Amino acid sequence: MQQIFNFLIRHKNTIFFLLLLSVSLFLTVQSHSYHKSKFVSSTNFLTGGLYDWMNDMGSYLHLREYNDRLVEENEYLRSLLFNENIEDSVIVKTDSTSFSGPFSVVSAKVISNNYSKTDNYLLLDRGKNEGIKADLGVITNNGIVGIVEETTKNFSRVLSILNSNSAINVRLKKSNHYGTLVWNGKNPNLVQLTYVPKIANVQKGDTVITGGKSFVFPEGIPVGIVHDFQLGKNESYYDIDIQLFNDMTNIGHVYVIENKNKQEFSKLNSSDDE
Amino acid sequence: MNSAVFLNIARFVLLVLLQGLVLCNINFLGYINPYLYVLFIILLPANLSPTKVIFYAFLLGLCIDFFQDSGGVHASACLVAAYLRPVMLQFSFGITFGHQTLKFKNTPFSERLQYVLLMVFVHHLILFSLEIFNAHHILLVLKKTLFSGIFTTLLIIFTMILFGKKTQ
Repeated sequence: MQQIFNFLIRHKNTIFFLLLLSVSLFLTVQSHSYHKSKFVSSTNFLTGGLYDWMNDMGSYLHLREYNDRLVEENEYLRSLLFNENIEDSVIVKTDSTSFSGPFSVVSAKVISNNYSKTDNYLLLDRGKNEGIKADLGVITNNGIVGIVEETTKNFSRVLSILNSNSAINVRLKKSNHYGTLVWNGKNPNLVQLTYVPKIANVQKGDTVITGGKSFVFPEGIPVGIVHDFQLGKNESYYDIDIQLFNDMTNIGHVYVIENKNKQEFSKLNSSDDE
Repeated sequence: MNSAVFLNIARFVLLVLLQGLVLCNINFLGYINPYLYVLFIILLPANLSPTKVIFYAFLLGLCIDFFQDSGGVHASACLVAAYLRPVMLQFSFGITFGHQTLKFKNTPFSERLQYVLLMVFVHHLILFSLEIFNAHHILLVLKKTLFSGIFTTLLIIFTMILFGKKTQ
């Protein structure tokens, strides 16, 4: 007994070290698995608040650019409206909350954005109070950004498409061939499209859009264009590099999209396709 | 004694805020970030008990993890650096460090540089291996460790020179 105590006292530093190390390794492993990292997160009051405060000060630097983006988007939406001949009564006074289709949209601001790691997250300044829930899609006017992973009252954390756990269903715009969008962790402007069958006629410059199979994103949201492609190792699927439309290193305002039919859909189809 | 404790607490808070809000967003050339907060572990008094050093390092790493959404990556890296600190102190400054109070600013520059380099590279190697967590990307780990390590070391040396003078 005496010897055991002596041993413990002699090695108390090592034991303490191993104990804390196992705690932190547990947290690390948890952070690398999708939908499990709940303990250590920047959505808490302190870090979320600090990021919010920093972003408040920094956002003035980007005002001009964000204005230009908004005008550009408005221009596009206007041209859609005028060419669709939708009646005025429909256009006027239908804000996002009273809109009766399956999709509702909430705008939010990105207050923290990572892109230099292999598992990146974004932090939004809206949370449960504004109706944001886990598993909603996040886009900008240029394309997709990620999927909401966790929300608190005032903040939500988004699993960026620049994350090794991200897998999003997309398709080629011209040919309806579906594939999965993943990221190899190297270049924040290039993501990889896998599982596109060999039979698809892929060309450089082809547009890639969301597939709409998963009900997270509506169908037809732009993703990027084919930058480079080659046949994979087993010669039956293409490995395609996609140049994103979005500049993932500079995201200002985003839209969080909720599909109200999603729960119904996931009841019917329990496959884990994102 | 009290002023030393106060100085260390202030340094802790300052480094965490600086790291979380500014330095993690530099992304020089896309992926190179300095991790200046290791300076806290480096500058802890040499005669502080190893248990305390390990505990403070864990807290420091966890704070950065909260900012970075990275689970326990920084905490693990800090822990390993703190655990190996006595060995590195001994290796860099010789065996006498434990007996009298070692003042970092009174040591020769080469010894100090050696100590900083050892601490930074051990910390960065663990940090990036756990952050990337994929054996296929081992080259990426080494590349990030090397470049971020150089950046961090430079910044630490500059900080030590800049703020070391004032307290003399």
